[in-house]
Amino acid sequence: MSGPNTQYDPVEVTPLHAEALERTRDEALSAFTEAADLAALQAAKVTHLGEKSPIALANREIGALPPSARKEAGQRIGTARKAINDAFAERLVVLEAEHEERMLATERVDVTLPWHTPELGARHPLSLISEQVADVFTALGWDVAEGPEIEAEWLNFDALNFQPDHPARQMQDTFFVEPAGSGKVLRTHTSPVQARSMLTRKPPIYVICPGRVFRTDELDATHTPVFYQVEGLVVDEGITLAHLKGTLDHFVVSMFGEGLEARLRPNFFPFTEPSAEVDLKCFVCRGASVGNPDRPCRTCGSEGWIEWGGCGVVNPRVLRACGIDTDRYSGFAFGMGLERTLMFRNGVEDMRDMVEGDVRFSRQFGMEI
Amino acid sequence: MRVPLSWLREYVELPADVTGRSLGEQLVRAGLEVETVEESELTGPLVVGKVLTYENEPQKNGKTIRWCSLDIGKDEPQWVVCGAHNFEVGDLVVVVLPGAVLPGGFAISARKTYGHVSNGMICSSTELGLGDDGTDGIVVLEPGEGTPGDDAIKLLSLTDDVLDIAVTPDRGYCLSIRGVAREAATAYGLPLKDPAALTLTGSGDGGYPVRVDDATACTAFVTRTVTGIDAKALSPRWLQKRLLAAGMRPISIGVDVTNYVMLELGQPIHGYDKSRLSGDIVVRRATSGEKLVTLDDQTRELDAEDLLITDDSGPIGIAGVMGGASTEISGSTTDVVIEAAHFDPIVIARSSRRHKLSSEASRRFEREVDPQLPRYAAQRVADLLAELAGGTILADETVADTHPLPQPVVIRGDHPARVSGAPIAVDDAMEFLKAVGCKVEPAADDAVASPLAVGVKASSLDYESSNSCDVLTGSRLWAVTPPSWRPDLRDPNDFAEEVIRLFGFDNVPSVLPSAPGGQGLTVSQRRRRRVATALVGAGLTEVVSYPFTGDADFDAMGLPADDDRRATVKLANPISDEEPSMQTTLLSTLLRTAERNVGRGQTDLAVFQTSLVFKPKAETKAAPLLAVEARPSDSDVQSLYDALPDQPLHVGVVLTGALTPTGWWGKGRPAGWSDAVQIARLIASVVGVEPTVKNVELAPWHPGRCAEFSVDGKVVGHAGELHPKVCQAFGLPSRSSAVELDLDALIVAGPETVTAVPFSSYPVAKEDVALILAADVAAADVQAALTEGAGELLESIRLFDLYTGEQIGEGKKSLAFALRFRAADRTLKDTEVAEARQAAVQVAVERFGAVQRVG
Ligand SMILES: [Zn+2]
Repeated sequence: MSGPNTQYDPVEVTPLHAEALERTRDEALSAFTEAADLAALQAAKVTHLGEKSPIALANREIGALPPSARKEAGQRIGTARKAINDAFAERLVVLEAEHEERMLATERVDVTLPWHTPELGARHPLSLISEQVADVFTALGWDVAEGPEIEAEWLNFDALNFQPDHPARQMQDTFFVEPAGSGKVLRTHTSPVQARSMLTRKPPIYVICPGRVFRTDELDATHTPVFYQVEGLVVDEGITLAHLKGTLDHFVVSMFGEGLEARLRPNFFPFTEPSAEVDLKCFVCRGASVGNPDRPCRTCGSEGWIEWGGCGVVNPRVLRACGIDTDRYSGFAFGMGLERTLMFRNGVEDMRDMVEGDVRFSRQFGMEI
Repeated sequence: MRVPLSWLREYVELPADVTGRSLGEQLVRAGLEVETVEESELTGPLVVGKVLTYENEPQKNGKTIRWCSLDIGKDEPQWVVCGAHNFEVGDLVVVVLPGAVLPGGFAISARKTYGHVSNGMICSSTELGLGDDGTDGIVVLEPGEGTPGDDAIKLLSLTDDVLDIAVTPDRGYCLSIRGVAREAATAYGLPLKDPAALTLTGSGDGGYPVRVDDATACTAFVTRTVTGIDAKALSPRWLQKRLLAAGMRPISIGVDVTNYVMLELGQPIHGYDKSRLSGDIVVRRATSGEKLVTLDDQTRELDAEDLLITDDSGPIGIAGVMGGASTEISGSTTDVVIEAAHFDPIVIARSSRRHKLSSEASRRFEREVDPQLPRYAAQRVADLLAELAGGTILADETVADTHPLPQPVVIRGDHPARVSGAPIAVDDAMEFLKAVGCKVEPAADDAVASPLAVGVKASSLDYESSNSCDVLTGSRLWAVTPPSWRPDLRDPNDFAEEVIRLFGFDNVPSVLPSAPGGQGLTVSQRRRRRVATALVGAGLTEVVSYPFTGDADFDAMGLPADDDRRATVKLANPISDEEPSMQTTLLSTLLRTAERNVGRGQTDLAVFQTSLVFKPKAETKAAPLLAVEARPSDSDVQSLYDALPDQPLHVGVVLTGALTPTGWWGKGRPAGWSDAVQIARLIASVVGVEPTVKNVELAPWHPGRCAEFSVDGKVVGHAGELHPKVCQAFGLPSRSSAVELDLDALIVAGPETVTAVPFSSYPVAKEDVALILAADVAAADVQAALTEGAGELLESIRLFDLYTGEQIGEGKKSLAFALRFRAADRTLKDTEVAEARQAAVQVAVERFGAVQRVG
């Protein structure tokens, strides 16, 4: 089509008739409504809004009208065209929504299917419990102290008031490093870290030391030659047995729950004087099983208390050997076995499960104990 | 120490309702380790029976049983079957009747056996819970010990409770009924009837001649002589029963009496057959080459340090450990020389260990025996031999006693309160000390407090807030002399402990001390935790393994003979002779753990462990045993540290089987060398380190698939595929891989502080570079060359393609890198980017002869 027809000047052109225009509009509207999907709607759009559509033709004819008629015709056509455009847009929204809905429905998957990326691994529970203990004490302002596993005999024994031929030294079932007289052992407890702490730090000393220790026991359900302990040491002015009890009570609550407490029973350790065994109130029955055959408790054997570790006021001989001014400072220390703790706390029944490195054992714990 | 309750009651009048269990609880509170309380499970009826008749009836199985009728005090005789033969008609025996329960839960009922209905049975010592009396038969009572029908439970005190006490090294006196009775008396606030409170009938001299050559090792030696004993006499039942209950077997009257007195008083006794002694008894150290046949018929080579009892014939006993066979009391002995001595605990402990001979005597001497006991114990033995074996006690007595008397320790009255933090009044504290057996007196005006009383100059004292203990009376000094049986009471704190345990640990308050502010975990501790967390996030499971290893592990790893990982720290007494070494590489034990898991069916494995490894120093030095009376000098302390091997913390990883299983998504993927290398990279990134990686050949890895990781020129570990032979040796699936890194070294190399760098908001320019190179050029080196050449406009570089094949020819490979350029302050011009790209390529060309691949 080329330029406006200047030869010819009609007042009215057929497509511009009001009726024709209404018809054109109604046809478009119904075509849009009837379009069942986006493709049909697109086809209807070409027919009713495209270049060759009646409304486009009509629009083009406006120029052919005498100027007097143009305004009125333009208004009519504009109104009709807007109605058609609106109807299209409206229908498009509806059909697009329908289309999306259909598409999403077909894309449904079974989200319970497994996937191939590796699942979360697991920490060993001994590591987890060591870290938990460390966190309890760092929250109190203590430091986490460490030491080597092959240790000087002097630090493992002599500095801790284990005299060379004292039965207490023989009771520790020590691994000795070759050759005889090397003065080196596999540390039998974490206590040499106490000695190291006192030799290198100045009081006040508040340290917790979790670590691996060694005794020449054969592996069985309740013994292992390699095991883990955690040991605490405080050296400060005015430290008493009462502070030891307070610390152990706090420790018990942190590890086993509110309302529990520690109990001390006198005992003997060379490096503490007075010395005591630590029992903790049974966190399962809280003592209700004692003398109550109807409610037996497996965790504490219906004793109400669970043996947990050893503790005491640091023997002044130990302080002296490690260069602490005994006139001014006193201290306390405590220690417990972490395997044993896991056994009664987490229901581990066989020591061997903890030391054999079977992944199934760690995996039950994941990242939590 | 096994303690029968009935024996204890002889010295403490415990209330009738006290049981083994309730006494045990009291003793635990007093600081004794009561391991078990054996409560008798025995219930009657159990009666005395008199044998009326018996028939021997041979059985098909070769045994001969006896069909017996017994008078048990009823109208009709009781008929029972008995397998033992050590009784005759007229003997009194112990008969258990149907309805009774014997120790061990054996319920007795009338039962048909060997063709008879046996209405109960005749009991042996073992069946009654009395232990093996060595008769190999039933218990035959002495005539007149009871009458038929008597309740045998009452007659023989069969329902005795027995406490088993683990005696700690400081409580040697509790290796006796006397010692435990003392604790029981204190616990119940009752008087003790001391079994050692005897009348001494000895003259103090004229006894068997004794010379003590080593008066430091032997501070007391007492002998008494009893003549004319009937060595064949049997120990009375009450004595036998007590020995059995305490865990010792009756042997003969002479031996039984010495054992009995040792259990009762805690003083080990040795008895000699006087007729077999020749000349003076001399107590001296051994000379080398001397030998002794001990009572257990073992020939012992003696050491110059051994303390001996000798006579003219030579050694007749290792003092305090075991006597010799040549002078022991036998069935024909009539005259006995009783030895009660006091030996130095250390001397005895060393001999006992040297000869691997732990006897009842040595266990007591090692823990130190009451030095004032020997005369009383010898008296007690003599009295019993006279009473039970018809002997005559000679008044002549040898007493060589040089043992010093206990010395007083001067303590502040408030010392126990200061140690405990509990308001223990001074008067109460001194009363507690008296209850323990101490002599307590106000110290002389010029007395000085004994050292090692901790904290006397401390600035704060919690207990002072209590009204019940004022400072004035608290600071007063007291001279406290321990009783002879408590040589462990030496320091002020030892006395404080006695006071506090009697005051009650339960009565000490609970006060949480406030520490000065801490700094939390150290950098190293934090980084170790993060490494573990990251590895778990990557799907690895943490395991543990023992650090013990040996040649078998090193051979399986394929370590060459001269590999320095074979140079180990060895244990003198390893658990297994096959594994005498401490691991120098974590893999030697972690691969065994992997092997165990694979063997148990976990074939797709991804495990890690962190653990110390132990690297011997070039020069091995002994760690000195320093003095303990004062802090060693800094250089002495340093010499301890220097003597120890290096013990760095390593992290090890083993991957076996599939990393990705085959599934609905498609085929799975095995874990391989690249996964191992990537895990090593992950560990390094967690601690903030960018390691240098290169190919090396090192066991146990595949020679072409081992990556060496280094930081600042220092090798920190390796990762890659394991050698096929190693997989085979450890029973792992083929193409398993492993990582071992020195975690300490990596952590140290990590940044102290990370400084933020602003990043550009100008657009990025992307360029790809493909290079054809010789196949053996490392991608990491090419990347480094490109990075170096690209200059500071380069924002990042990533290798995205690797190609080998016909198109580029044999021995070549093509590497394609994606480079991103960006400037901080402007949009880069095309020419700038092209120049930078060209500069990058140029370095690769110069360094490796790379050729750009086009199209
Ligand atoms: Zn319980």
